[in-house]
Amino acid sequence: MRLAVASGKGGTGKTMVAANLAFMLTQTERVTLVDCDVEEPNLHLFFPAPATTTEVTGPVPVVDENTCQYCGLCEEFCQYGAMTVLRSRVLFFPELCHSCGGCTLVCPNGAIHEEPKQIGTTTISTPLPRLNLISGMLKTGNPHAVPIIRAAKKLAASDPLVICDTAPGTSCPVVETLDGCDACILVTESTPFGLHDLQLAVDVTARLGVPAGIIINWSDGKDQATIEFCMDHDLEVMMTIPFDREIAAIQSRGELLCRVRPEWQKAFAALFVKCSTLAGVDR
Amino acid sequence: MIRLAVISGKGGTGKTMITAALAQLLPGSLVLADCDVDAANLELLLNPKLIRTEPFMGMKNAVIDPALCTQCGECMEHCRFGAIEAGGDAYRVSLLRCEGCAVCTHVCPATAVTMQPRQTGEVMYSETERGHLVHARLVPGAGNSGLLVHAVKKTAMRQDRNCDLFLIDGPPGTGCPLISTISGVDIVLIVTEPSVSGLHDLKRVVAVCRQFRLRILVAINRFDLDESLTDSIRQWCSVEKISLVGKIPFDPVVIESVRKGVPVTSAGASPAAQAIQMLESNFEQELRHYRDHRE
Repeated sequence: MRLAVASGKGGTGKTMVAANLAFMLTQTERVTLVDCDVEEPNLHLFFPAPATTTEVTGPVPVVDENTCQYCGLCEEFCQYGAMTVLRSRVLFFPELCHSCGGCTLVCPNGAIHEEPKQIGTTTISTPLPRLNLISGMLKTGNPHAVPIIRAAKKLAASDPLVICDTAPGTSCPVVETLDGCDACILVTESTPFGLHDLQLAVDVTARLGVPAGIIINWSDGKDQATIEFCMDHDLEVMMTIPFDREIAAIQSRGELLCRVRPEWQKAFAALFVKCSTLAGVDR
Repeated sequence: MIRLAVISGKGGTGKTMITAALAQLLPGSLVLADCDVDAANLELLLNPKLIRTEPFMGMKNAVIDPALCTQCGECMEHCRFGAIEAGGDAYRVSLLRCEGCAVCTHVCPATAVTMQPRQTGEVMYSETERGHLVHARLVPGAGNSGLLVHAVKKTAMRQDRNCDLFLIDGPPGTGCPLISTISGVDIVLIVTEPSVSGLHDLKRVVAVCRQFRLRILVAINRFDLDESLTDSIRQWCSVEKISLVGKIPFDPVVIESVRKGVPVTSAGASPAAQAIQMLESNFEQELRHYRDHRE
């Protein structure tokens, strides 16, 4: 089973939910946690352990200026504006390149070949006996998160139980993470911001056909609007976590709620049962 | 005009709350933009009156004409984004995966593939009490959020270039929407929080900002939730020679003001409002310094 934890709005507690759910599950089974928030990955802060780092590269064009006739076809073809051909020089802007390979295909002189360029890393660690942690990390200054997410997910492709922590928002990184997931936990907070962004996130899961369930975090009891939205859209509120300065402090220090306050393990175990039902997996 | 973006690295640290309060407090003429186009929230605090909406056309996407497709598989073989799906009588392009590179149009021997424009969002131009607001809506699940950010900034610059200040509510993260937000900006205010994640994400977003040679300021929100981590952030900023311009305490009035749909500084006297007023006066000093320095 593959689960994603997503949110729309940032800072609602995705990483907290993913980390605690995985921690609780490792007591009985093997779990792989994949940090797909590659722009700002945080799961490794909750599971410090020695890690093996692998470079993720993407192919970028290199122009052989001896062969290049400066015809400009590559510039004309490139949809991203990454090539500018001057009279006797070609300028390449790597941060605009999507590594599609189009320029190498259209060059009539075979003057362009591709070389790998580092765009980020993946790290693998085993912080607990039954836990594999895979983190994708985008190289700072590189705009393209999707290839790193793809590389991180690929490392978990054959694992039986995978939990993916997702970036906030509703665009390409979220779509890439949710792709192939059996169910998605959407973490929200009971403010108009939380509800507004939850509606967008629900829209994304629906478009992708991934069943979703809701967690209300930082609840101060004024959750009525969120609960009504969930009822109207046939979404289950699977868990409500109250606002509590101590829970916030546990999280901010990089500790795990289920380890510091073991009474929470039962709630996360119940959450997992609901996720399995949502995913249509009989466990 | 000075261009300022409020950003954070980590999501949910209070960017929008601070942007709305600054919009209310800062003197001079303003134009505002919400560049968190994935999940735009600034409008929920500024009560904008919509003036007009423009469609946003993202990258063109490939479309395969089923009448011409011979299912030879060339497009699928060359597409590096896994966007070509087989099945039925013809191949199809997954709009969620297509990045608009047009390689498939080049390799198709049957000229069955064309690039078609597609609306993936809209840009809205609105009026608020503190000036015009440019905001946007991305079709959920659509790509090109960086391009939409660019379109939002361009609209603001085209319409209101004579304002004293361009104030931007930015996206979280360090990727394409963030880079698009901070390019061409003079000053960034990074809002962080006292948590291991907050500090980690602050360091990464600072590393990105440094590649753009802009002035970096930091504010710590909910600083009293962990005073020792607040201290770590302060020390890190001092080692890195980054100005800390504000510290805002945890205050339930912040959530109350969001529920009322107003900036916290409009919700009566409160510890958070007071702290933001101090942030604002430090920030004004920074602005004066920046102007003098620039001239």
